[in-house]
Amino acid sequence: MSPVHYVSLAVILFVIGAVGVLVRRNAIVIFMCVELMLNACNLAFVAFASMHGNLDGQVIAFFVMVVAAAEVVVGLAILMAIYRARRSASVDDANLLKY
Amino acid sequence: MNHSYVLAAGTNTDEVARETIFWILCFASIGAALAMILVRRAVHCAMMLAVVMLALATMYAMQGAPFLAFVQIIVYTGAVLMLFLFVIMLIGISSADSVTETIKGQRMAAGLVAIGFFVILILGVGHAALGPATRPTAANGTNNLSGLATLIFTTYVFPFEVTGALLITAALGAMVLAHRERTAPRPTQRQLAARRLESGHMAPDPSPGVYALHDAADRPALLPDGTTSELSVSTVLAPRGVAEEPPSVPPQKEPEAITAESGHEPAPSGRADT
Amino acid sequence: MTTVTTIAATGALKLSWLLLVFPLFGAAVLLVGGRRTNRWGHLLGVAMPVAAFVYGVVAFFSLLGDTDRSQDQHLYSWIPVARLQVNVSLLVDPLSICFVLLITGVGSLIIIYSVGYMAHDRDRRRFFGYLNLFLASMLLLVLADNYVVLYVGWEGVGLASYLLIGFWQERPSAAVAAKKAFIVNRVGDASLTLAIFLMFSEFGTTSFTGVFGSVHSGGSGVATALGLLLLLGACGKSAQVPLQSWLLDAMEGPTPVSALIHAATMVTAGVYLLVRSNPILALAPDARVAIAIVGTVTLLFGGIIASAKDDIKKSLAGSTMSQIGYMFLGAGLGPAGYVFAIALLLSHGFYKAGLFLGAGSVMHGMDDEQDMRRYGGLARYLPVTYVTFGLAYLAIIGIPPFSGFFAKDPIIGADFSEHGSGGWVLGICALLGAGITAFYMTRMMLMTWYGKSRWDDKAHPHESPSVMTGPMVVLAIGSVGAGGFLIINDRLQDFLAPVVGVPPVSHGIFTVAGTVALVLALAGVAIAWLRYGRLPVPVMAPAGRFLTVAARKDLYGDAFNESILMRPGQWLTRLSVYFDNRGLDGLVNSLAALVGGTSGRVRKTENGFVRSYALSMFFGAAALVTLLLVVRL
Repeated sequence: MSPVHYVSLAVILFVIGAVGVLVRRNAIVIFMCVELMLNACNLAFVAFASMHGNLDGQVIAFFVMVVAAAEVVVGLAILMAIYRARRSASVDDANLLKY
Repeated sequence: MNHSYVLAAGTNTDEVARETIFWILCFASIGAALAMILVRRAVHCAMMLAVVMLALATMYAMQGAPFLAFVQIIVYTGAVLMLFLFVIMLIGISSADSVTETIKGQRMAAGLVAIGFFVILILGVGHAALGPATRPTAANGTNNLSGLATLIFTTYVFPFEVTGALLITAALGAMVLAHRERTAPRPTQRQLAARRLESGHMAPDPSPGVYALHDAADRPALLPDGTTSELSVSTVLAPRGVAEEPPSVPPQKEPEAITAESGHEPAPSGRADT
Repeated sequence: MTTVTTIAATGALKLSWLLLVFPLFGAAVLLVGGRRTNRWGHLLGVAMPVAAFVYGVVAFFSLLGDTDRSQDQHLYSWIPVARLQVNVSLLVDPLSICFVLLITGVGSLIIIYSVGYMAHDRDRRRFFGYLNLFLASMLLLVLADNYVVLYVGWEGVGLASYLLIGFWQERPSAAVAAKKAFIVNRVGDASLTLAIFLMFSEFGTTSFTGVFGSVHSGGSGVATALGLLLLLGACGKSAQVPLQSWLLDAMEGPTPVSALIHAATMVTAGVYLLVRSNPILALAPDARVAIAIVGTVTLLFGGIIASAKDDIKKSLAGSTMSQIGYMFLGAGLGPAGYVFAIALLLSHGFYKAGLFLGAGSVMHGMDDEQDMRRYGGLARYLPVTYVTFGLAYLAIIGIPPFSGFFAKDPIIGADFSEHGSGGWVLGICALLGAGITAFYMTRMMLMTWYGKSRWDDKAHPHESPSVMTGPMVVLAIGSVGAGGFLIINDRLQDFLAPVVGVPPVSHGIFTVAGTVALVLALAGVAIAWLRYGRLPVPVMAPAGRFLTVAARKDLYGDAFNESILMRPGQWLTRLSVYFDNRGLDGLVNSLAALVGGTSGRVRKTENGFVRSYALSMFFGAAALVTLLLVVRL
């Protein structure tokens, strides 16, 4: 398949992931939607790498994976700490910084 | 046989196969992604994400990135997603999102903006001159892995080092965040034993009920008089209301006097069995 | 127009600055020295004007002896700036020496009287300080040789008048009256200022010799403008219509103040200004007509008001207004009337001061009671006052051979000599005025000195001490003889001829007009006797017909000022304040409110929910991508 298809699929997955971030209230599910968006970007990178014929896109996708893993570690640790303090994993519960 | 390009070599049957696989994976991943944002339980979302990741791994393989495909499966699906599952188990196994939206107009706005974004990106992609898949150049080396290795350790060595540092930092951060300060000194074994004596409940909690029909951690055990023992079910499961009722057993009439005497030692802590 | 050469001062006149220094020194010591000078303050306050009077007499005789009767003593150069050259110089000539003698002479007498009148007042020293300040300013006014220095003296007497009217500071009515006097005077002062500006812009100079020498070059338009502006300025100081409303309220001040400032001297400053400016008026016949009309209107105005006042001082104030109206009428007649205006001014100084001091003496004896309805039959209790008052009364109503007859009747006669029917109108009004004068003065005499006593048992009228009666006696002598002294043999006329010119037609002493005036005066006396002598004096205010009510309300002078000037002014102020508050402040505040309101609405977007922030970010990202694509496509 030509890279256009892969990139289009990446776009679709990215948008679905973005909607998920906006609509879900559970912090973990939001995190997972962010992972989905990252994966869609990875797909786009790999598609462009195959288009150009060199491996730079794959290297970048590799780095993206590494960074995503580190981010997940820290993010989930933060989530645990917040849950311990508030007994709630909903992002809507932290709404005091308002007008 | 050049394994790295085994899928890029394309004959007609290869081409059809590849197209079929692509479209199946495409719909699977889109469906899984949609399911991910729509289902209520967090565990189900994780499962759907796993499906998407696996589909994507296959697509990487189809595009001539086998290393990346396996890294996706091993690291992303196998480690990161499992980490998600651990956290879900620890925190939010029962915290299901309610259906009603608290912020007015959020869903509508999100949908509109998403559609708009999608249209714009598709327009951009459509306009871009995306050529067909090309043969990998000679600079990529003999196979995918050594080509990647060459790139990582020459052109991208600085980002590599930096991401290494990032990983270390992330590990440290996780340790710091998960650390719990003790507010009281750690109770010694002696103190724990003394505590047990005072509680009046010295024996271990009964195990969950094991019956011929059911064998699960969420089944309470039966006491001699036919009532369930709350102590036998984990305190995590019981409040969720998932502890199931045991099959009904008709109570025995004769040993009532004995039952009343022997089964009702009042516990000083107030945890009545019946 | 007379041409007279002014030379530098010679002989004794070189010390003419003493006339200023004596009272200024007294004022400075008394006002700056403060309470330390309380014990001997009044002595210094008397000594200085007397010293000035002594020098004035010396200067007068020195001037009589000189052939050059117009002498200028240059003191110092005040404003030497390019075209504007203003020097402080004192001009001693017949006109100014007459005023000097009047001011220092009558002033000394009144100040001696004040020693007794203000004996029980603890602020007496301050009173003498202010009186000396007034004398210094008035002398500067009449001795100045240019309009700017005259204006300094003009303002000085205005200030002294304000300080003295409001002398009893603890009385709100006095403070209000002082303010009113100052503000109404200010209108006149503004007009005089404009006249000085016009003089400078047209002639390049403000000195008398300079202006009078070049007034020809301006033409009659400039001269008329100057004349009218000077008239308005004089009206303010002399309490003529339309700026007359302050004089009756000025009676809030102590009686010596009323006698000196508001009878004899300050209110005559306007007449001095007009007579001094006669070369300008010679080229402006329209201005002179205006002056004559103002004088005529005022003499009737003042007379009607005086007839309706129960307060003795206010009635005398109305009389002053009326008599100065006669002087203005005389000044408006041109050379035919200047001399008689000055003669009337000098005689009036004597008998009006005498009347005021007599009224003060009555008030002193009646425990500061001013309402004539509570007097009656005082002749036997205050004999000296009664005699001096009576002599002044005979003078003012124009009975020969007392002063008024000689001084006032020539003005009436000169009216009829004016061309055209205007002269007859002026003359008939002046005759009416004579009758009204006799009426209200007789009324005053009857209510105060004759008839049954209408005062209650608490009052015990007694004669004043000799420090008060002495000056009254001297003034009575002046009331009797001053008019005849000045007019008979044309003595004053010859003396003033170099300055003001000679009347074209000489009438002699007994004229037809004078006889008619005398008859009318006797008729006025008779009417007053019928009304107040035979019938009992009413104690309550009469309901009365329109004229009575109007006269008791000062012929609606205050009401007119209020409705034409004060209320529109207040409306303008209110409008400006409203515009400022709603318009300008509203503009600024509405900007602030706009910002506040907008921010109040915009901050609702910060609802604390992370997901809505995420939505905004997503939207922003979409916009950015759109921009990027638009730029590239």
